[in-house]
Amino acid sequence: MNDPPDHRPVIQFKNVFFRLDNGLELLHNLTLEVERGETLVLLGRSGSGKTTTLKLINHLLSATGGEILVDGRSLRDWDLIRLRRTIGYVIQEVGLFPHFTVERNIALVPQIEKWPLERIRHRVQELMQLVGLEPTLASRYPRELSGGQRQRVGVARALAADPPILLMDEPFGALDPITRVELQREFLALQNRLRKTVVFVTHDLREALLLGSRIALMEAGRLATVQTPDEFVHSTEPLTAAYLNAFGTDLKRGAS
Amino acid sequence: MNLWQFILQNHTEILEATLQHLQLVAISTLFAVLIGIPLGILITRRPVLNKPVLGAANVIQTIPSLALFGFLLPAPWIGARADRLAILALTLYALLPLIRNTYTGIKGVDRAIVEAGRGMGLTDGQLLWQVELPLALGVIIAGVRVATVISVGLATIAAAIGAGGLGEYIFRGLAMVNDQVILAGAIPAAMLALLADISLGWLEKRLSPR
Ligand SMILES: Nc1ncnc2c1ncn2[C@@H]1O[C@H](COP(=O)(O)OP(=O)(O)O)[C@@H](O)[C@H]1O
Ligand SMILES: [Mg+2]
Repeated sequence: MNDPPDHRPVIQFKNVFFRLDNGLELLHNLTLEVERGETLVLLGRSGSGKTTTLKLINHLLSATGGEILVDGRSLRDWDLIRLRRTIGYVIQEVGLFPHFTVERNIALVPQIEKWPLERIRHRVQELMQLVGLEPTLASRYPRELSGGQRQRVGVARALAADPPILLMDEPFGALDPITRVELQREFLALQNRLRKTVVFVTHDLREALLLGSRIALMEAGRLATVQTPDEFVHSTEPLTAAYLNAFGTDLKRGAS
Repeated sequence: MNLWQFILQNHTEILEATLQHLQLVAISTLFAVLIGIPLGILITRRPVLNKPVLGAANVIQTIPSLALFGFLLPAPWIGARADRLAILALTLYALLPLIRNTYTGIKGVDRAIVEAGRGMGLTDGQLLWQVELPLALGVIIAGVRVATVISVGLATIAAAIGAGGLGEYIFRGLAMVNDQVILAGAIPAAMLALLADISLGWLEKRLSPR
Protein backbone atom coordinates (compact mmCIF):
# COMPACT_ATOMS: atom_id res chain seq x y z
CA MET A 1 0.00 0.00 0.00
CA ASN A 2 1.28 3.46 -0.87
CA ASP A 3 1.43 6.22 1.69
CA PRO A 4 -1.09 8.93 0.93
CA PRO A 5 0.63 12.01 -0.51
CA ASP A 6 1.66 14.44 2.19
CA HIS A 7 -0.64 17.45 1.96
CA ARG A 8 0.63 19.22 5.04
CA PRO A 9 2.19 22.56 4.19
CA VAL A 10 5.98 22.48 4.43
CA ILE A 11 6.23 26.02 5.76
CA GLN A 12 3.57 27.76 7.79
CA PHE A 13 3.42 31.33 9.07
CA LYS A 14 0.80 31.79 11.78
CA ASN A 15 0.09 35.43 12.63
CA VAL A 16 3.75 36.30 12.48
CA PHE A 17 5.06 39.68 13.52
CA PHE A 18 8.58 41.00 13.30
CA ARG A 19 9.62 44.05 15.19
CA LEU A 20 13.09 45.57 15.55
CA ASP A 21 14.53 46.26 19.00
CA ASN A 22 13.72 49.94 18.49
CA GLY A 23 10.04 49.07 18.11
CA LEU A 24 9.83 49.52 14.33
CA GLU A 25 7.45 46.91 12.94
CA LEU A 26 8.76 45.32 9.73
CA LEU A 27 6.18 42.54 9.40
CA HIS A 28 2.57 42.70 10.49
CA ASN A 29 0.40 39.65 11.15
CA LEU A 30 1.68 37.42 8.38
CA THR A 31 -0.24 34.19 7.78
CA LEU A 32 0.95 32.08 4.87
CA GLU A 33 1.41 28.46 3.87
CA VAL A 34 3.87 26.99 1.40
CA GLU A 35 2.89 23.65 -0.11
CA ARG A 36 5.24 20.80 -0.81
CA GLY A 37 6.92 21.07 -4.20
CA GLU A 38 5.56 24.50 -5.09
CA THR A 39 7.40 27.69 -5.94
CA LEU A 40 5.90 30.41 -3.84
CA VAL A 41 7.00 33.83 -5.00
CA LEU A 42 7.18 36.70 -2.53
CA LEU A 43 6.59 39.73 -4.71
CA GLY A 44 6.72 43.33 -3.58
CA ARG A 45 8.51 46.60 -4.01
CA SER A 46 11.83 46.98 -2.29
CA GLY A 47 11.47 47.54 1.44
CA SER A 48 8.14 45.68 1.61
CA GLY A 49 9.57 42.98 3.90
CA LYS A 50 10.37 40.11 1.53
CA THR A 51 13.92 39.47 2.71
CA THR A 52 12.83 39.76 6.33
CA THR A 53 10.13 37.13 5.71
CA LEU A 54 12.66 34.79 4.10
CA LYS A 55 15.18 35.15 6.92
CA LEU A 56 12.51 34.24 9.44
CA ILE A 57 12.21 30.82 7.79
CA ASN A 58 15.84 29.79 8.32
CA HIS A 59 15.89 31.72 11.56
CA LEU A 60 18.52 34.26 10.62
CA LEU A 61 15.89 36.49 12.19
CA SER A 62 13.60 35.48 15.00
CA ALA A 63 9.88 36.28 14.83
CA THR A 64 8.76 38.54 17.65
CA GLY A 65 5.17 37.33 17.51
CA GLY A 66 3.19 34.38 16.19
CA GLU A 67 4.60 31.06 15.12
CA ILE A 68 6.49 29.61 12.16
CA LEU A 69 6.42 25.88 11.42
CA VAL A 70 8.67 23.91 9.11
CA ASP A 71 7.56 20.36 8.33
CA GLY A 72 4.80 20.79 10.87
CA ARG A 73 7.26 21.53 13.65
CA SER A 74 7.56 24.92 15.31
CA LEU A 75 10.93 26.62 14.82
CA ARG A 76 11.16 26.72 18.60
CA ASP A 77 11.49 22.92 18.56
CA TRP A 78 14.03 22.71 15.74
CA ASP A 79 17.75 22.37 16.22
CA LEU A 80 18.83 25.50 14.33
CA ILE A 81 21.84 23.99 12.62
CA ARG A 82 19.76 21.01 11.45
CA LEU A 83 17.00 23.32 10.25
CA ARG A 84 19.41 25.38 8.17
CA ARG A 85 21.03 22.34 6.60
CA THR A 86 17.53 21.21 5.57
CA ILE A 87 17.09 24.52 3.76
CA GLY A 88 19.13 25.65 0.77
CA TYR A 89 19.77 29.38 0.76
CA VAL A 90 20.60 31.50 -2.28
CA ILE A 91 21.01 35.21 -1.75
CA GLN A 92 20.95 38.39 -3.74
CA GLU A 93 24.66 39.14 -3.56
CA VAL A 94 25.42 35.41 -3.98
CA GLY A 95 27.56 35.33 -0.83
CA LEU A 96 30.05 32.86 -2.29
CA PHE A 97 33.15 32.40 -0.17
CA PRO A 98 35.88 34.33 -1.99
CA HIS A 99 38.71 32.25 -0.49
CA PHE A 100 37.22 28.94 -1.66
CA THR A 101 37.31 27.55 -5.18
CA VAL A 102 34.05 26.79 -6.96
CA GLU A 103 34.45 23.17 -5.95
CA ARG A 104 34.94 23.94 -2.26
CA ASN A 105 32.08 26.42 -2.26
CA ILE A 106 29.70 23.79 -3.59
CA ALA A 107 31.12 21.10 -1.30
CA LEU A 108 30.79 23.12 1.89
CA VAL A 109 27.66 21.59 3.42
CA PRO A 110 28.52 17.98 2.41
CA GLN A 111 31.96 18.60 3.87
CA ILE A 112 30.69 19.80 7.25
CA GLU A 113 28.17 16.97 7.18
CA LYS A 114 31.23 14.71 6.91
CA TRP A 115 30.34 12.92 3.69
CA PRO A 116 33.06 10.60 2.38
CA LEU A 117 35.45 12.45 0.03
CA GLU A 118 34.61 10.33 -2.99
CA ARG A 119 30.91 11.00 -2.58
CA ILE A 120 31.54 14.74 -2.24
CA ARG A 121 33.62 14.83 -5.41
CA HIS A 122 30.96 12.94 -7.28
CA ARG A 123 28.20 15.19 -5.96
CA VAL A 124 30.09 18.36 -6.98
CA GLN A 125 30.51 17.07 -10.54
CA GLU A 126 26.86 16.12 -10.70
CA LEU A 127 25.73 19.54 -9.45
CA MET A 128 28.01 21.48 -11.77
CA GLN A 129 26.51 19.63 -14.68
CA LEU A 130 23.00 20.15 -13.30
CA VAL A 131 23.37 23.94 -13.17
CA GLY A 132 25.29 24.13 -16.45
CA LEU A 133 28.84 24.82 -15.29
CA GLU A 134 31.84 23.57 -17.26
CA PRO A 135 33.83 21.03 -15.20
CA THR A 136 36.97 23.09 -15.86
CA LEU A 137 35.56 25.88 -13.69
CA ALA A 138 35.84 23.72 -10.56
CA SER A 139 39.25 25.06 -9.56
CA ARG A 140 38.43 28.74 -10.20
CA TYR A 141 37.80 31.34 -7.54
CA PRO A 142 34.49 33.25 -7.50
CA ARG A 143 36.16 36.48 -8.67
CA GLU A 144 37.28 34.63 -11.79
CA LEU A 145 33.68 33.93 -12.84
CA SER A 146 31.03 35.92 -14.66
CA GLY A 147 27.94 37.05 -12.76
CA GLY A 148 25.85 34.30 -14.34
CA GLN A 149 28.41 31.63 -13.48
CA ARG A 150 28.61 32.88 -9.89
CA GLN A 151 24.86 32.69 -9.56
CA ARG A 152 24.91 29.11 -10.87
CA VAL A 153 27.50 28.22 -8.27
CA GLY A 154 25.24 29.79 -5.65
CA VAL A 155 22.38 27.54 -6.75
CA ALA A 156 24.61 24.45 -6.88
CA ARG A 157 25.92 25.20 -3.40
CA ALA A 158 22.40 25.54 -2.03
CA LEU A 159 21.40 22.21 -3.60
CA ALA A 160 24.52 20.36 -2.46
CA ALA A 161 23.12 18.31 0.38
CA ASP A 162 19.80 17.88 -1.46
CA PRO A 163 17.69 19.97 0.94
CA PRO A 164 13.93 19.63 0.45
CA ILE A 165 13.46 23.39 0.85
CA LEU A 166 15.09 26.25 -1.09
CA LEU A 167 15.01 29.91 -0.15
CA MET A 168 16.03 32.26 -2.96
CA ASP A 169 16.40 35.99 -2.40
CA GLU A 170 16.40 37.82 -5.74
CA PRO A 171 18.93 35.31 -7.07
CA PHE A 172 18.87 36.71 -10.60
CA GLY A 173 18.44 40.36 -9.65
CA ALA A 174 21.98 41.48 -10.46
CA LEU A 175 22.24 39.78 -13.87
CA ASP A 176 21.96 41.31 -17.33
CA PRO A 177 18.54 40.70 -18.95
CA ILE A 178 19.71 37.97 -21.33
CA THR A 179 21.52 35.94 -18.68
CA ARG A 180 18.60 36.48 -16.33
CA VAL A 181 16.10 34.99 -18.78
CA GLU A 182 18.49 32.11 -19.41
CA LEU A 183 18.78 31.32 -15.70
CA GLN A 184 15.03 31.70 -15.18
CA ARG A 185 14.39 29.10 -17.89
CA GLU A 186 16.96 26.77 -16.41
CA PHE A 187 15.46 27.23 -12.97
CA LEU A 188 12.06 26.20 -14.34
CA ALA A 189 13.50 23.08 -15.96
CA LEU A 190 15.42 22.24 -12.79
CA GLN A 191 12.39 22.72 -10.59
CA ASN A 192 10.33 20.49 -12.89
CA ARG A 193 12.80 17.72 -12.18
CA LEU A 194 13.61 18.33 -8.53
CA ARG A 195 10.26 19.50 -7.15
CA LYS A 196 11.79 21.34 -4.19
CA THR A 197 9.65 23.48 -1.97
CA VAL A 198 10.84 26.92 -3.02
CA VAL A 199 10.26 30.37 -1.60
CA PHE A 200 11.46 32.83 -4.22
CA VAL A 201 11.79 36.55 -3.56
CA THR A 202 11.62 39.07 -6.38
CA HIS A 203 10.39 42.55 -7.16
CA ASP A 204 10.09 41.66 -10.83
CA LEU A 205 6.52 40.84 -11.84
CA ARG A 206 7.59 39.07 -15.04
CA GLU A 207 9.84 36.78 -13.05
CA ALA A 208 7.07 36.13 -10.52
CA LEU A 209 4.57 35.21 -13.25
CA LEU A 210 7.07 32.99 -15.01
CA LEU A 211 8.39 31.05 -12.03
CA GLY A 212 5.70 31.09 -9.37
CA SER A 213 3.04 28.48 -8.76
CA ARG A 214 1.56 31.11 -6.45
CA ILE A 215 2.41 34.75 -5.89
CA ALA A 216 2.27 36.33 -2.44
CA LEU A 217 2.12 40.07 -2.88
CA MET A 218 3.63 42.08 -0.06
CA GLU A 219 3.22 45.74 0.69
CA ALA A 220 4.68 47.66 3.64
CA GLY A 221 5.25 44.60 5.82
CA ARG A 222 1.84 43.10 5.19
CA LEU A 223 0.69 40.29 2.98
CA ALA A 224 -1.77 41.76 0.46
CA THR A 225 -2.87 38.77 -1.62
CA VAL A 226 -1.84 35.23 -2.48
CA GLN A 227 -2.84 34.26 -6.02
CA THR A 228 -1.83 31.96 -8.85
CA PRO A 229 -0.18 33.77 -11.80
CA ASP A 230 -3.41 33.37 -13.76
CA GLU A 231 -5.54 34.85 -10.98
CA PHE A 232 -2.96 37.59 -10.59
CA VAL A 233 -3.12 38.87 -14.17
CA HIS A 234 -6.91 38.91 -14.12
CA SER A 235 -7.22 40.35 -10.65
CA THR A 236 -9.04 43.60 -10.02
CA GLU A 237 -7.50 44.12 -6.58
CA PRO A 238 -6.22 47.71 -6.56
CA LEU A 239 -2.67 46.76 -5.51
CA THR A 240 -2.42 43.93 -8.03
CA ALA A 241 -3.79 46.16 -10.73
CA ALA A 242 -1.28 48.84 -9.85
CA TYR A 243 1.53 46.32 -10.22
CA LEU A 244 0.18 45.12 -13.56
CA ASN A 245 -0.08 48.66 -14.85
CA ALA A 246 3.46 49.45 -13.79
CA PHE A 247 4.77 46.53 -15.80
CA GLY A 248 2.53 47.07 -18.80
CA THR A 249 -0.49 45.21 -20.09
CA ASP A 250 1.32 42.84 -22.44
CA LEU A 251 1.89 40.59 -19.43
CA LYS A 252 -1.77 39.53 -19.44
CA ARG A 253 -1.33 37.90 -22.79
CA GLY A 254 2.02 36.44 -21.84
CA ALA A 255 0.82 34.63 -18.75
CA SER A 256 -2.40 32.98 -19.90
CA MET B 1 88.76 53.26 15.18
CA ASN B 2 85.95 53.48 12.67
CA LEU B 3 82.56 51.81 12.89
CA TRP B 4 83.48 48.83 10.73
CA GLN B 5 86.56 48.07 12.75
CA PHE B 6 84.50 48.25 15.95
CA ILE B 7 81.84 45.92 14.56
CA LEU B 8 84.43 43.45 13.25
CA GLN B 9 86.28 43.41 16.53
CA ASN B 10 83.10 42.83 18.52
CA HIS B 11 81.14 40.78 16.05
CA THR B 12 80.62 37.81 18.36
CA GLU B 13 79.17 39.98 21.11
CA ILE B 14 77.07 41.97 18.67
CA LEU B 15 75.70 38.79 17.13
CA GLU B 16 74.89 37.49 20.59
CA ALA B 17 73.12 40.71 21.49
CA THR B 18 71.19 40.55 18.21
CA LEU B 19 70.06 36.99 18.96
CA GLN B 20 69.09 37.99 22.48
CA HIS B 21 67.15 40.91 21.04
CA LEU B 22 65.43 38.66 18.55
CA GLN B 23 64.55 36.24 21.32
CA LEU B 24 62.92 38.95 23.44
CA VAL B 25 60.88 40.09 20.44
CA ALA B 26 59.94 36.60 19.25
CA ILE B 27 58.82 35.30 22.62
CA SER B 28 56.85 38.41 23.53
CA THR B 29 55.20 38.58 20.10
CA LEU B 30 54.27 34.90 20.38
CA PHE B 31 52.65 35.52 23.76
CA ALA B 32 50.87 38.57 22.39
CA VAL B 33 49.54 36.53 19.46
CA LEU B 34 48.35 33.76 21.80
CA ILE B 35 46.55 36.26 24.03
CA GLY B 36 45.61 39.04 21.61
CA ILE B 37 43.97 37.01 18.83
CA PRO B 38 41.62 35.09 21.15
CA LEU B 39 40.76 38.36 22.92
CA GLY B 40 40.06 39.99 19.56
CA ILE B 41 37.77 37.09 18.62
CA LEU B 42 36.08 37.25 22.02
CA ILE B 43 35.09 40.89 21.63
CA THR B 44 33.47 40.19 18.26
CA ARG B 45 31.30 37.64 20.09
CA ARG B 46 30.66 39.61 23.28
CA PRO B 47 30.20 43.25 22.27
CA VAL B 48 29.90 44.38 25.92
CA LEU B 49 33.57 43.45 26.40
CA ASN B 50 34.63 45.50 23.39
CA LYS B 51 35.14 48.83 25.16
CA PRO B 52 36.81 47.53 28.34
CA VAL B 53 39.25 45.25 26.48
CA LEU B 54 40.26 47.75 23.79
CA GLY B 55 40.31 50.50 26.43
CA ALA B 56 42.70 48.56 28.65
CA ALA B 57 45.01 47.70 25.75
CA ASN B 58 44.96 51.36 24.74
CA VAL B 59 45.87 52.56 28.23
CA ILE B 60 48.85 50.19 28.35
CA GLN B 61 50.12 51.70 25.11
CA THR B 62 50.11 55.16 26.62
CA ILE B 63 52.36 54.19 29.55
CA PRO B 64 55.96 55.23 28.78
CA SER B 65 58.04 52.09 28.40
CA LEU B 66 60.56 52.85 31.12
CA ALA B 67 57.71 53.53 33.53
CA LEU B 68 56.05 50.21 32.59
CA PHE B 69 59.25 48.32 33.37
CA GLY B 70 59.28 50.13 36.70
CA PHE B 71 55.65 49.30 37.48
CA LEU B 72 56.22 45.62 36.80
CA LEU B 73 59.40 45.39 38.88
CA PRO B 74 57.65 44.50 42.18
CA ALA B 75 55.67 41.67 40.52
CA PRO B 76 56.50 38.27 42.04
CA TRP B 77 58.45 35.75 39.88
CA ILE B 78 58.32 38.14 36.92
CA GLY B 79 60.21 40.89 38.68
CA ALA B 80 62.90 38.46 39.77
CA ARG B 81 64.53 38.31 36.35
CA ALA B 82 65.10 41.07 33.87
CA ASP B 83 64.30 39.00 30.77
CA ARG B 84 60.94 37.92 32.20
CA LEU B 85 60.15 41.50 32.99
CA ALA B 86 61.12 42.63 29.51
CA ILE B 87 59.07 39.91 27.84
CA LEU B 88 56.00 40.76 29.92
CA ALA B 89 56.28 44.45 29.12
CA LEU B 90 56.82 43.82 25.40
CA THR B 91 53.88 41.41 25.36
CA LEU B 92 51.62 44.02 26.93
CA TYR B 93 52.65 46.62 24.35
CA ALA B 94 52.05 44.24 21.46
CA LEU B 95 48.50 43.40 22.58
CA LEU B 96 46.71 46.44 21.19
CA PRO B 97 47.58 46.01 17.50
CA LEU B 98 46.72 42.31 17.73
CA ILE B 99 43.39 42.70 19.50
CA ARG B 100 42.39 45.64 17.34
CA ASN B 101 43.35 44.05 14.02
CA THR B 102 41.72 40.72 14.87
CA TYR B 103 38.54 42.57 15.79
CA THR B 104 38.45 44.86 12.76
CA GLY B 105 39.54 42.03 10.46
CA ILE B 106 36.63 39.82 11.50
CA LYS B 107 34.15 42.69 11.60
CA GLY B 108 35.31 43.69 8.12
CA VAL B 109 34.28 40.39 6.53
CA ASP B 110 31.38 41.02 4.14
CA ARG B 111 28.08 40.67 6.03
CA ALA B 112 26.50 38.86 3.08
CA ILE B 113 29.19 36.17 3.17
CA VAL B 114 28.86 35.61 6.90
CA GLU B 115 25.10 35.51 6.63
CA ALA B 116 25.26 33.03 3.76
CA GLY B 117 27.45 30.79 5.92
CA ARG B 118 25.12 31.07 8.88
CA GLY B 119 22.11 30.43 6.64
CA MET B 120 23.75 27.27 5.30
CA GLY B 121 23.96 25.88 8.81
CA LEU B 122 27.58 26.52 9.79
CA THR B 123 28.05 26.44 13.54
CA ASP B 124 29.69 29.44 15.18
CA GLY B 125 32.98 27.58 15.32
CA GLN B 126 32.83 26.52 11.67
CA LEU B 127 31.97 30.06 10.65
CA LEU B 128 34.97 31.34 12.61
CA TRP B 129 37.54 28.83 11.34
CA GLN B 130 36.35 28.37 7.78
CA VAL B 131 35.08 31.82 6.90
CA GLU B 132 35.88 34.65 9.28
CA LEU B 133 39.48 33.89 10.26
CA PRO B 134 40.70 33.03 6.74
CA LEU B 135 39.13 36.20 5.37
CA ALA B 136 40.50 38.31 8.24
CA LEU B 137 43.96 36.75 8.10
CA GLY B 138 45.58 39.52 6.07
CA VAL B 139 44.44 42.16 8.56
CA ILE B 140 45.51 40.02 11.51
CA ILE B 141 49.00 39.48 10.03
CA ALA B 142 49.20 43.24 9.53
CA GLY B 143 48.62 43.51 13.29
CA VAL B 144 51.41 41.02 13.97
CA ARG B 145 53.66 43.07 11.70
CA VAL B 146 52.96 46.34 13.50
CA ALA B 147 53.41 44.64 16.87
CA THR B 148 56.73 43.08 15.84
CA VAL B 149 58.20 46.28 14.44
CA ILE B 150 57.19 48.19 17.59
CA SER B 151 58.69 45.41 19.73
CA VAL B 152 62.05 45.52 17.97
CA GLY B 153 62.31 49.20 18.84
CA LEU B 154 60.98 48.89 22.36
CA ALA B 155 63.22 45.94 23.17
CA THR B 156 66.25 48.25 23.04
CA ILE B 157 64.94 49.82 26.24
CA ALA B 158 64.98 46.40 27.92
CA ALA B 159 68.73 46.88 28.33
CA ALA B 160 67.98 49.63 30.85
CA ILE B 161 66.73 46.97 33.28
CA GLY B 162 69.51 44.55 32.40
CA ALA B 163 67.62 42.28 30.02
CA GLY B 164 70.32 42.55 27.38
CA GLY B 165 69.75 42.86 23.66
CA LEU B 166 71.01 45.49 21.27
CA GLY B 167 70.02 48.25 23.68
CA GLU B 168 73.17 47.40 25.63
CA TYR B 169 75.26 49.08 22.94
CA ILE B 170 72.95 52.04 22.65
CA PHE B 171 72.98 52.73 26.39
CA ARG B 172 76.69 52.08 26.66
CA GLY B 173 77.39 54.35 23.69
CA LEU B 174 75.24 57.09 25.20
CA ALA B 175 77.14 56.84 28.47
CA MET B 176 80.50 56.89 26.67
CA VAL B 177 79.34 59.58 24.21
CA ASN B 178 80.57 57.25 21.48
CA ASP B 179 78.59 57.24 18.25
CA GLN B 180 80.19 54.07 16.98
CA VAL B 181 79.04 52.06 19.99
CA ILE B 182 75.53 53.49 19.65
CA LEU B 183 75.43 52.59 15.96
CA ALA B 184 76.70 49.08 16.66
CA GLY B 185 73.38 48.58 18.49
CA ALA B 186 71.16 50.81 16.42
CA ILE B 187 72.06 49.49 12.98
CA PRO B 188 71.34 45.80 13.69
CA ALA B 189 68.12 46.86 15.46
CA ALA B 190 67.03 48.87 12.45
CA MET B 191 67.86 45.94 10.18
CA LEU B 192 65.83 43.58 12.36
CA ALA B 193 62.86 45.93 12.21
CA LEU B 194 63.18 46.24 8.45
CA LEU B 195 63.47 42.49 8.03
CA ALA B 196 60.40 41.86 10.19
CA ASP B 197 58.49 44.50 8.26
CA ILE B 198 59.38 43.09 4.87
CA SER B 199 58.89 39.41 5.65
CA LEU B 200 55.59 39.88 7.51
CA GLY B 201 54.46 42.29 4.81
CA TRP B 202 55.11 39.59 2.26
CA LEU B 203 53.17 37.08 4.36
CA GLU B 204 50.33 39.55 4.78
CA LYS B 205 50.03 39.96 1.03
CA ARG B 206 50.17 36.23 0.42
CA LEU B 207 47.53 35.40 3.01
CA SER B 208 45.12 38.20 2.17
CA PRO B 209 42.06 36.88 0.36
CA ARG B 210 42.44 37.77 -3.27
N1 LIG C 1 18.09 45.74 10.82
C1 LIG C 1 17.30 46.68 10.28
N2 LIG C 1 17.27 47.91 10.82
C2 LIG C 1 16.48 48.87 10.32
N3 LIG C 1 15.66 48.70 9.29
C3 LIG C 1 15.64 47.49 8.69
C4 LIG C 1 16.46 46.42 9.16
N4 LIG C 1 16.22 45.35 8.39
C5 LIG C 1 15.32 45.74 7.47
N5 LIG C 1 14.96 47.02 7.66
C6 LIG C 1 13.95 47.75 6.89
O1 LIG C 1 12.81 46.96 6.85
C7 LIG C 1 12.14 47.08 5.61
C8 LIG C 1 11.96 45.70 4.99
O2 LIG C 1 13.23 45.20 4.64
P1 LIG C 1 13.40 43.94 3.69
O3 LIG C 1 12.71 42.78 4.29
O4 LIG C 1 14.86 43.80 3.44
O5 LIG C 1 12.65 44.40 2.38
P2 LIG C 1 12.71 43.80 0.90
O6 LIG C 1 13.52 42.54 0.92
O7 LIG C 1 11.29 43.56 0.54
O8 LIG C 1 13.31 44.84 0.04
C9 LIG C 1 13.00 48.01 4.78
O9 LIG C 1 12.41 49.27 4.84
C10 LIG C 1 14.34 47.98 5.46
O10 LIG C 1 15.00 49.19 5.26
MG1 LIG D 1 15.35 42.19 -0.14
